[in-house]
Amino acid sequence: MSLEFSAEAQKKIAALCERYPSKRPVVLAALHLAQKEFGHLSDDALRLVAKVLDLPYPHVYGVATFYTMFRREPAGRNVLRVCTNISCMLRGAYDVLDAFERRLGVEKGGTAGDFTLVEEECIAACANAPAVICGTRYFLDVTTDQVGEILEFLRKNPHPESEVV
Amino acid sequence: MPAEIGTKLVSARFGDDSARTVAGYEKQGGYQALRKALAMRPDDLVNEVKASNLRGRGGAGFATGVKWGFVPKDAKAVHIVCNADESEPGTCKDRELIFWDPHLLIEGMVITAFALKAVHNYIYIRGEMMREYAVLAKAVDEAYQRGYLGKNVLGSGFECHLTVHRGAGAYICGEETALLNSLEGLRGQPRLKPPFPAVKGLFGNPTIVNNVETLMNVPFIVDKGGPWFAELGTGRSGGTRMLCVSGHVNKPGVFELPIGITFRELIDDVCGGVWHGRQVKAVIPGGVSMPPLSIDELDVPIEFDALMTDERIKPVEVLPGQLFDMGGGRQLRTMAGSGGVVVMDDHTDIPKACWRIMKFFAHESCGQCTPCREGTGWLEKVSRRVADGHGKPGDVDLLATIAHGIAGNTICALGDAAAWPMLGFLTKWRPEFEAKIAKVAA
Repeated sequence: MSLEFSAEAQKKIAALCERYPSKRPVVLAALHLAQKEFGHLSDDALRLVAKVLDLPYPHVYGVATFYTMFRREPAGRNVLRVCTNISCMLRGAYDVLDAFERRLGVEKGGTAGDFTLVEEECIAACANAPAVICGTRYFLDVTTDQVGEILEFLRKNPHPESEVV
Repeated sequence: MPAEIGTKLVSARFGDDSARTVAGYEKQGGYQALRKALAMRPDDLVNEVKASNLRGRGGAGFATGVKWGFVPKDAKAVHIVCNADESEPGTCKDRELIFWDPHLLIEGMVITAFALKAVHNYIYIRGEMMREYAVLAKAVDEAYQRGYLGKNVLGSGFECHLTVHRGAGAYICGEETALLNSLEGLRGQPRLKPPFPAVKGLFGNPTIVNNVETLMNVPFIVDKGGPWFAELGTGRSGGTRMLCVSGHVNKPGVFELPIGITFRELIDDVCGGVWHGRQVKAVIPGGVSMPPLSIDELDVPIEFDALMTDERIKPVEVLPGQLFDMGGGRQLRTMAGSGGVVVMDDHTDIPKACWRIMKFFAHESCGQCTPCREGTGWLEKVSRRVADGHGKPGDVDLLATIAHGIAGNTICALGDAAAWPMLGFLTKWRPEFEAKIAKVAA
């Protein structure tokens, strides 16, 4: 099945192409847009990006699989990124991650309904550890007691990562 | 006059929501330094920055004015690239700086672009910083509308464009040549140097890559002069420094502080001491890539040169009695790095903390160089089994040998960034690692 970008996405890509001497630098932005429009980066989505930017498919594949924010599989509307790196670990991040796993009934990396749970590397919120990020929303100084509250909030107010794309 | 606790430049608008809009920023005197700069000769601006002793705030501490001076005079096209890919564990200043004061960054970039005659410029922002991307993208739009960016900046005839380029999750893109490759639409794998970016960088053109905090200091240097800025600092380091304190202190936070402050003053006076009335065990001085300090090494000023040379800091060893050689017999003590200070109390399980750092580097190695790709994976596996209580006799030496095999043998500094803390932890807490293994053997 071949895919097409929406008119809005096509306009954004065209505008970005003006910003660089060639189309290739737009590949990350185009992949972000493809992920927004199609939910994840299927082979067809990668082919579409390759076609739109006049790039070889293997190049787009190589880029898409190098960066951790690009998904080859569908995900929940909320991608919950729980930092467990050193500053967060020192203040209980693994307990927080465990609490999310138990509440959602999935292991890290998995998807349950509206949520995909990711063990994240440092998200630059170390002074408020443990830190969790979901789209544009940060949850800071998180304790295991707050996990249910956070999930409830995001169920009512989803923060998809595609919001800013 | 040297800076005091409370002297604020780049963090002056923290907590002030009004400065995030161009109108609010202008009201507080914003973009006046740009007006002043546009009336100066570009070479004089470079000289002012040289006189300021501003040093790169991303980690390496390289003299900013000297770096700018490397751009060839006859260059046809030059680019300024802001490195906003903050992801060194323990570091959380650039994210705050962008969020509170995006126009200060833009003003610093336009001045820098004018000084180096750069027309097409970019901010590479970390993919996960979605809130900050939205703030920055809006600020750039506003700056275009007000004529601070565009074909004719404030009627001066200077053309300057700024594009915010989002990453997509890769620590390695904080390395400047990996960042440039990522900007060019490639996988974020570092380039061999030389040529350095200042000579041959983005799209093959001379390119200056500067950190967020570095560029945000430029308007102050233009406003008040290089010598004023130099005097705020100490020795060969001008200005103030953003320090991010995390871990086991009572009041973690992001603070703008005098460059000469010591770790002990930082922990006790600024951060209210170690939590639960405990003692310090280890302190990571500037992001996890830097060898840690022990409780006896905290009276050293947090300054680029001091951390490399102060004899109160024990040099890193490969094995007991065998000093690590950085090349030419140079010893490695530690470095100021990114300003990310991580404090660990005396209850901390050092082998476990060390494993978590190795896990990070194993995850983030780009895979280009064999010593790093394979070595970081083995550092993670072996340090994990030691931390978990399944270590084998000889594992401590094995960790040291792997780390030593990576250091200095890779295209970029990520290999060193994994090897140095590994060796640093072993140098200072070797008995803790050995005790865990002895328990298994018994």
